[in-house]
Amino acid sequence: MTSAKPLATDVTIGLSPAFDVARIREDFPILKQKMHGKPLVYLDNAATSQKPQAVLDALIRYYREYNANVHRGVYAIAEEATARYEEARAAVAAFIGARRPEELVFTRSTTEAINLVAYAWGGANLREGDEVLLTEMEHHSNIVPWQIIAAQKGARLNYLPIDGQGRLALDDLEQRITPRTKLVAVSLMSNVLGTINPVRRIAQAAHEAGALVLVDGAQGVPHLPVDVQDLDCDFLAFSGHKMCGPTGIGALWGRYELLDAMPPFNGGGEMILVVQHDHSTYREPPLKFEAGTPNIADAIAWKTAVDYLGGLGMEPIRAHDRAMVAYALPRLAEVEGITLYGPHDPRERGGAVAFTFGGVHPHDIAQVLDHEGIAIRAGHHCTQPLHRCLQVEATARASFYLYNTFAEVDALVAALRKVRDLFPDES
Amino acid sequence: MSDLQELYRDMVMDHNRRPRNFRKMDQPTCSLEGYNPLCGDRVIVYVQLEGDRIADIAFQGSGCAISRASASMMTESVKGKRTDEAEGLFQAVRDMLTRPPGSDFDEDKLGDLVILAGVSAFPTRIKCATLSWHALHTALQGQAATVSTE
Repeated sequence: MTSAKPLATDVTIGLSPAFDVARIREDFPILKQKMHGKPLVYLDNAATSQKPQAVLDALIRYYREYNANVHRGVYAIAEEATARYEEARAAVAAFIGARRPEELVFTRSTTEAINLVAYAWGGANLREGDEVLLTEMEHHSNIVPWQIIAAQKGARLNYLPIDGQGRLALDDLEQRITPRTKLVAVSLMSNVLGTINPVRRIAQAAHEAGALVLVDGAQGVPHLPVDVQDLDCDFLAFSGHKMCGPTGIGALWGRYELLDAMPPFNGGGEMILVVQHDHSTYREPPLKFEAGTPNIADAIAWKTAVDYLGGLGMEPIRAHDRAMVAYALPRLAEVEGITLYGPHDPRERGGAVAFTFGGVHPHDIAQVLDHEGIAIRAGHHCTQPLHRCLQVEATARASFYLYNTFAEVDALVAALRKVRDLFPDES
Repeated sequence: MSDLQELYRDMVMDHNRRPRNFRKMDQPTCSLEGYNPLCGDRVIVYVQLEGDRIADIAFQGSGCAISRASASMMTESVKGKRTDEAEGLFQAVRDMLTRPPGSDFDEDKLGDLVILAGVSAFPTRIKCATLSWHALHTALQGQAATVSTE
């Protein structure tokens, strides 16, 4: 595998020479793998990212050297486990600009973090006739929990529409946020269109109307510099595995006073102060929301991932994503029969590029690409309402991250030409 | 031949391009929509029964080359057959697709359908190939249930 070749476009799109992709690739053992005898070209980063060796080492070190439960034992390795777990909380909280670590609740995933807000906050605060405002580009994980709680409470769901380039149409935002709107739930970055949403502007309008704002940061946090104070949101849900961390660990950040006022989500050990026969008292956030033994190893290794990304810098990572998209969009557009979705301007989008290819079904595209060693995703990407808006059953999606190269985009384009050779009449 | 060529055999590509019996049937004896939520493949199978014989069968829907070709080939292979024979073919197709790699299957019974044998090397595509068969199976079962209660 060769690294990004220096191209004339590098200068115009501002690819920093200090961002050494070849060096970064050395940190990710899986990138040396072959798939069907060909170098692995991993372009499914919107589904999950690969993990650097340091993250794998952190996982093993915990299990080998200080595996113990947290917040319980008085012996040395239990204290070390607790210290590392809480350090991880502080590191992840700082990574997104939280004012204090106690504002960060560890969850299983972004999905679980959103469900936590839907059940705990929504259960206590939504009333009949209230509205929750979503967008047409939301992932199912930022739709279905709201459908469930809205049905229980007699609340209504509304959707902000998208324009022809897959951007939120915000002309009438102030009208769509009504006096009944209690919460606006919006993704920072679309997992299909790549669109980066103007969360700050939405938050301003929501707050003026007295509504809270939940941001789905599953895609945005791994790819953009994120500061919750700057976004001016009230909740941020995100996870580790799309940002070089392990699967099975996510987080909910929330303003402390909101978390403090919310009832618990799950009941059990760890989250209680005193358990009587007929009732219990609960701990303060974040432990109030962390019933049961938490995902200690993955939380600790998530900190390693956060340190890794922080070491590279989120601004350069964002610039690399933007350079990848700026390189990929015109080259993909040259492939005859291709339709690209999402904003045309790389400044408005992240590294996910969805496309269709004439009448070739996305599953068949992905199958042929797999044979070429290229991993992309095909399907509705957990965004059926969005695909209904786009009037397609399914799309193919290539999504880039910090270790991807221009040469890999070239490989993708070449492989798409092979798809056309195999499906000459459909493409 | 590579796995990929085994999957996309000429006959499969031909059925994908020119699916047979690809139409709506106005008054079917029974019909059923099959849906694969993973990839969005959707197929509606229409059956016209005369007694226990499949006098006519058609399908509509959208999906990948494998699901479309498999549905098309299914309609050709069961048209004119008794429902129990169609059921037997369904079992044989399923056995072929889910067999352990390299093991034998009932080639004689399957006829042209053996062309789909290569799908078994692609676990995520097996559902594409069996979607229309499951729809037919459930449609016929529903019909049988209706018949038995009358």
